[in-house]
Amino acid sequence: MATAAATANVPRRRLSQGTRHTINGLLFASPWIFGLLVFWIYPTLASAYYSFTKYNGVRNPTWTGLANYIELFTKDEEFLAAVYNTVYFAVVSIPLAIIFAFGLAMMLNAKIRGQVVYRTIYFLPTLVPEVALALVWIFIFTPHNGLIAAPFRAFGSRGPCWLTCAEWARPTLVLLALWIIGQQIILYLAGLQDVPQDLYDAADVDGANFLSKFRNVTVPILTPVVFFHLITSVIGALNFFAIPYIMTGGTGFPANSTLFYSIYLYKNAFHYLEMGYASAMAWLLFMFTLVVTLIIFRSARLWVFYAGGED
Amino acid sequence: MVADSQQVQSQFAQDHARRLMARRVRNLIRSVLIHASLIPAAFVFTLPFLWMLSTSLKPDVQFYAYPPVVIPYPFQWSNYPDAVKFITFFLYLRNTLTIAVLATIGVLISSSLVAYSLARIPWRGRNFLFILTIATLMLPFQVTMIPLFIVFKNLGWVNSWLPLIVPHWFGGALYIFLLRQFFMTIPMELSEAARIDGANELKIYYSILLPLSKPALATVAIFEFIARWRDYIGPLIYLSDQEQYTLSLGIYEYQTQYGAEWGLLMAASVLITLPIILLFFFLQKTFVQGIALTGIKG
Repeated sequence: MATAAATANVPRRRLSQGTRHTINGLLFASPWIFGLLVFWIYPTLASAYYSFTKYNGVRNPTWTGLANYIELFTKDEEFLAAVYNTVYFAVVSIPLAIIFAFGLAMMLNAKIRGQVVYRTIYFLPTLVPEVALALVWIFIFTPHNGLIAAPFRAFGSRGPCWLTCAEWARPTLVLLALWIIGQQIILYLAGLQDVPQDLYDAADVDGANFLSKFRNVTVPILTPVVFFHLITSVIGALNFFAIPYIMTGGTGFPANSTLFYSIYLYKNAFHYLEMGYASAMAWLLFMFTLVVTLIIFRSARLWVFYAGGED
Repeated sequence: MVADSQQVQSQFAQDHARRLMARRVRNLIRSVLIHASLIPAAFVFTLPFLWMLSTSLKPDVQFYAYPPVVIPYPFQWSNYPDAVKFITFFLYLRNTLTIAVLATIGVLISSSLVAYSLARIPWRGRNFLFILTIATLMLPFQVTMIPLFIVFKNLGWVNSWLPLIVPHWFGGALYIFLLRQFFMTIPMELSEAARIDGANELKIYYSILLPLSKPALATVAIFEFIARWRDYIGPLIYLSDQEQYTLSLGIYEYQTQYGAEWGLLMAASVLITLPIILLFFFLQKTFVQGIALTGIKG
């Protein structure tokens, strides 16, 4: 009886309530709707327009068609160096970060003493202002004199030239980026703690050893975390800016080996005031990011395992 | 019979003891092996801090000494007061704090309102808005960087703190996402009951949702505060007047034409890093939960 009366009442009331919800919804969301329009959508469109112009940020932009894009791909060697460095950094550092973060999280997840202390220590570098971190690293990685050279000197060797020569600068930055994986370690650890114990128990009953448990239980359950890590770190790697910029003063020294995409873009925009050119770079980066994330998303069904999502 | 069963029992007890012993040994070996790899890793992760701290207390002659000086002799405590005097440290500190606090307040208010709309009010178009919000997370900051700079330049805001504060008063995509996920876990019945009692949405937001969401709000506040405290590229683009500098720009001034003042620089680095590390120690749980929350939906 009561339900029948309620349903009978609904159509009239739902209409007015629906409108009220819409008004309230829009009102509560209004700061962000404004923010999206002014700080995201307008700039994205404007940057697309600038990318087809010559623009110094002061005088009105003049339309140049595809000139910026053509110049980037055909004439600009610094651009190609920046692309190479950035892709190198992404391709080398991301798999290493996944392996290290996953591995350390696995060990932290074993019920051992001092888990919280270890976790804290691994997380610390992500808290330090990048400026401070970069400056300490410059100091530590001073060739021949820095702390890093001490073990080499003990063996009478001068040690690598680290950030001061082209063949070492890139690997050194990859190494340094591995210091900042604390957030990922925490994510993997959270994922590991969610693995249902009965899966391991069932594997034990079947006589599975450590390796097969790792391969058939731990890894599949953690693939969503790896997926998340992969997506965010691709974006992070393509935006790699502050640390190399601080360490080299944005010069790309030595021999453009630390000239990353974001640094070259920033220099074009704010040092050379080639804002149109820099916008073309930004849009290429955007498109590239989109394609890569799309490929990762598409590939997800092949390797990402979602528990309970099998039907 | 009785003897038999006793024998079986003692046999069983012996087996049991042996197995227990074996397991203990195995566990011991395992934990030794784990610590043996965790400890060197911990050493590597702490190395920059230890070296920062050590250098901050060294007299000049020990910076590049070989073998390296780990514990300075004597402790040169004067590096700290000297560091604070060498640059206008407290001015930069005040600037950094002002920007960080104002941006954090703004992002908290705006993001929680928007998340409330997305999670708690059923209206057409909210899913679209949510997808748009997630999409902005994929957008490289370089795309919006130049037009935003032009906008702020035309507003006359360049070389002021406004471009570093005002955008945060209109919401942050990651925080909206995070708070929405959290708000959705709070039973809808609470809102419905309050609506029946005649409460309007603002009241429900303010007196029901916010008090129940303190952990999530705390996470947002900490993340944003630290992000602003560490921010480098924002101040780099917008601040050119030294009076306006934040600490991350001001710290460069230790590098003079005669080389870097490493002792002072490291002392200042310790001073910049320490507040955040302390914050982390006190609020560790909030941090860890917050990070896990961002990754939940993968």
